[in-house]
Amino acid sequence: MRAAFLLVIRRDLQVALRRKGDLLNVLVFFVIVASLFPLGVGPEPNQLRAMAPGVVWVAALLAALLSLPRLFAADHLDGTLEQMLIAARPLPAVVLGKIASHWIVAGLPLALLAPVLGLQYDLPARALGVLAFSVLIGTPVLSLIGAVGAALTLGLRGAGVLVGLLVLPLYIPVLIFGAGAVSASLAGLDPAPHLSLLGAFLAVSSFVGPWAACAALRVSLD
Amino acid sequence: MATVNPKMTHSDEIGGPIWLRYAAPQAFFPLAGRLIPWFAALAALLCIVGLYIAFFVAPTDFQQGESYRVIFIHVPAAWMSMFLYVIMAFWAAAGFVLNTRLSGMMASAIAPTGAMFTFVALWSGALWGKPTWGTWWVWDARLTSELILLFLYLGFIALKGAIPDVRRADRAGAILALVGVVNIPIIYFSVQWWNTLHQGASVSLTRAPAMAKTMLLGMLVMALAAWMYSFAVCFARARSIILERERDAAWVESMKGKA
Repeated sequence: MRAAFLLVIRRDLQVALRRKGDLLNVLVFFVIVASLFPLGVGPEPNQLRAMAPGVVWVAALLAALLSLPRLFAADHLDGTLEQMLIAARPLPAVVLGKIASHWIVAGLPLALLAPVLGLQYDLPARALGVLAFSVLIGTPVLSLIGAVGAALTLGLRGAGVLVGLLVLPLYIPVLIFGAGAVSASLAGLDPAPHLSLLGAFLAVSSFVGPWAACAALRVSLD
Repeated sequence: MATVNPKMTHSDEIGGPIWLRYAAPQAFFPLAGRLIPWFAALAALLCIVGLYIAFFVAPTDFQQGESYRVIFIHVPAAWMSMFLYVIMAFWAAAGFVLNTRLSGMMASAIAPTGAMFTFVALWSGALWGKPTWGTWWVWDARLTSELILLFLYLGFIALKGAIPDVRRADRAGAILALVGVVNIPIIYFSVQWWNTLHQGASVSLTRAPAMAKTMLLGMLVMALAAWMYSFAVCFARARSIILERERDAAWVESMKGKA
């Protein structure tokens, strides 16, 4: 089980590294979306500081959404996914491996970039740390829930828009507590309760997510 | 394409215990057809009685004046929006586990009605909010979670609509509905907590201490009317879905020209 998990991670990372452009596009998208807001609402620093947690988190949600089709689509097109489904390896381990590598490629960089965007919005150092940490533990939840949506819409026409419709409402709790942790720290409160809840979401979704994604894959490739 | 197993005769398929007998689309189809007029008539009757109580019997609210009467539409719609999601998820799950064809069709039939009630609840809430709160919309916890519920319905309908193969559509919809049901309490409490953190209790839905008996009665009658309406409409929609999906089945073929 562990061997399959690690094998899939290594393989997916290798594939992702050979197409660095895809990787960078998501990050550039993240930065652009977050940079649009000051242009829309004006350069008032206090207002921007209050908005920053929400803006960065919404941008992270959209960036995570944008990278979801990559999770299964390429492997579906060339038939690799079907081979994985009928292989002797346990499917949940394979799916969890794909989700993990998706997070390393599309989620982890967001956590590293988020503090930079926070600086643009003039967040204090403490809030920057909380922002980075909340994105760090929040993005795996996005990948886990997103995997279900990506598996359900596999091979459908207009899958890109559809997956947004399915997945974004389910992302709301992550947005609330991710942005809430940063806002709490901005207001001088303890962000720990918010972060604990994010951790709880991570625990629940890492149990439910792969299971539901496996079921969805079996339905989609039936 | 779902077709009747050729080895089974008509009577074999619709035999069995009574609670299983109507799980077969060809047995359910005429039953629903017989029940729809009754549910429709009850819905109309209860609606007339409920609206009469709402407009002529129930007293004027001493705080909100006449505008409170929106609740006779609003509250039943909000109740139904939540009930119907759970019922839809129940049928979707039953279809997923037991592989019964009718369950997936019922889930498809319920979704538009649920979405409609969610929309009515939001819309009537806005109409009530304007005179009472002075604004069409506030980011109140209940309003926000109702809005998210509408998104969940629309996602379910969109996913089913996007999948041409009905079997895959039913099973995919079931997974989505189940993930949604697990998420609804999480979303609800998240939104509630978010709301109390971000804005003070400037508005709240808690109204005058005790509700007059006639108000409650009117609301319950309207809720019953909404139930009857849902039965009638969902059965009618299920009948068209059955006809559409089983159009190549022998029993549909044999009905042609009769009706």
